[in-house]
Amino acid sequence: MMHIENVIVVKDLTKMFGDFTAVNTITFKVKKGEIFGFLGANGAGKTTAMKMLIGISNPTSGEANVAGFDVFTNAEDIKKNIGYMSQKFALYDDLTVKENITFFGGIYGLSRKKIKEKTKKLIEDLGLQEVSNQLVGSLPLGWKQKISFSVSLLHEPKIVFLDEPTGGVDPITRRQFWEMIYQTANNGTTIFVTTHYMDEAEYCDRVSIMVDGKIEALDTPKNLKKQFDVESMNDVFLKLARG
Amino acid sequence: MSISVKHISKSYDDLKAVDDISFEVKEGELFGLIGPDGAGKTTLFRILTTLLIPDEGIATVASLDVLKDYKHIRHSVGYMPGRFSLYQDLTVEENLNFFAAIFGTSIEENYDLIKDIYVQIEPFKKRRAGKLSGGMKQKLALCCALIHKPKVLFLDEPTTGVDPVSRKEFWEMLKRLQQKGITILVSTPYMDEAALCDRIALIQDGKILKIDKPQEIVKTFPKTLYNVGADNMYQLIKSLKNYKYQYSVYPFGEFVHYTDNRSNFNPEDLKHYLESEKLTNIVIETTNPTIEDIFMELAK
Repeated sequence: MMHIENVIVVKDLTKMFGDFTAVNTITFKVKKGEIFGFLGANGAGKTTAMKMLIGISNPTSGEANVAGFDVFTNAEDIKKNIGYMSQKFALYDDLTVKENITFFGGIYGLSRKKIKEKTKKLIEDLGLQEVSNQLVGSLPLGWKQKISFSVSLLHEPKIVFLDEPTGGVDPITRRQFWEMIYQTANNGTTIFVTTHYMDEAEYCDRVSIMVDGKIEALDTPKNLKKQFDVESMNDVFLKLARG
Repeated sequence: MSISVKHISKSYDDLKAVDDISFEVKEGELFGLIGPDGAGKTTLFRILTTLLIPDEGIATVASLDVLKDYKHIRHSVGYMPGRFSLYQDLTVEENLNFFAAIFGTSIEENYDLIKDIYVQIEPFKKRRAGKLSGGMKQKLALCCALIHKPKVLFLDEPTTGVDPVSRKEFWEMLKRLQQKGITILVSTPYMDEAALCDRIALIQDGKILKIDKPQEIVKTFPKTLYNVGADNMYQLIKSLKNYKYQYSVYPFGEFVHYTDNRSNFNPEDLKHYLESEKLTNIVIETTNPTIEDIFMELAK
């Protein structure tokens, strides 16, 4: 199959708040099954851009198509066809692992039968048999993050958006999390991820770096390092963002 | 000693947050507590800043006992908690004045200490703290923690969630404060920041795994570490994990960090194996362990 399917196509996408341009004519495409790193300094416009892509903020101008749907006219369809996980919004601490899965399965409109199947598989895959009836709030952060990621995939979305998914976790768990990401991407799901860990930027197929609302660099980590003549993605970032 | 911690323990119900921890921080030292969420870093900070009473053990800060002399300690230390702790509805200037007033001082009195940092946020001094960007909030919080010229500065995860550029600037500020004679205890989950401290303690699950200078700690790695690379990262990790001689396999930037459990390991053998797994563009070369490698080895 020579045809490459793009699951995110963005052209000149812009968002203004009053006379402040938070996102300034950004243009890029993301392929099916790709791990796409979306980097930038705090305040560079990443969150605003991501909100437009997941259909919860209206762009001021430009075009964007996500999972086959237009962000202007079909924002609701986008929400049904993507997964989203962030460090801030994850699972309900006062529900058990099983209850959380059932709840989110219901939100995504899965049938009872499907939810049952998915719950069983998720608990087996993550080895959570012992804790499936425990409150999520009582589990270590690393477990919560793995469950949260799996829950964001319940409805088999084409794309999953991960907003700083690994903040604060220990280095071993962080790597286990990335192995889950690799596996998911290998199964054809596109990963769109933001992170402040620059070694994680190296794990991405391609990386974009936003500076003051614009995408100032976009390429494979290898090519970016070559382009900026540095050893690591951290140095690429420092060179770009410091100007 | 600026900070002395002896056999400190603290439990919350069944959870042992800090488990028999001891360490010392010298005067003027920049000492790092390096570990993930839930390691016990914040509990330790709260004990040392007299906000929490330990179950067991003795601790002193600036030669003052955390239990008996808690009032004096509060005057002698600056504390920047992990969560943004300033008054969101007060402006930058009002926050700073407020903290100065509480400690019976004024912005002018210790201005030289905060000047470097304050000039960066001064253009926004009329802005409410809640409306500042993450990096700005962090700088304001640091100014407020310094306003009474503390002997010891406690910074609990000051750079968490902060981008690499702001992180780098923050560490440059800390180095300058250290030169002014302030002892600094800082915690971070970012292992790369460990190298910027004079000495570090690696901490996990309430226990200290190791204490030393960062450059000494990396020397203690018990194996030869290899960078292994190939075209398909996912397949590479999978194949390495299935290799019967593997001791550890951790993705690390563009490579996988690999150690072998044989004493007479020949990289050529691994290369042949990976070729038989249909991997292409295979690279195997020795590399230097980082603090993160040590941490993973100790936590294994």
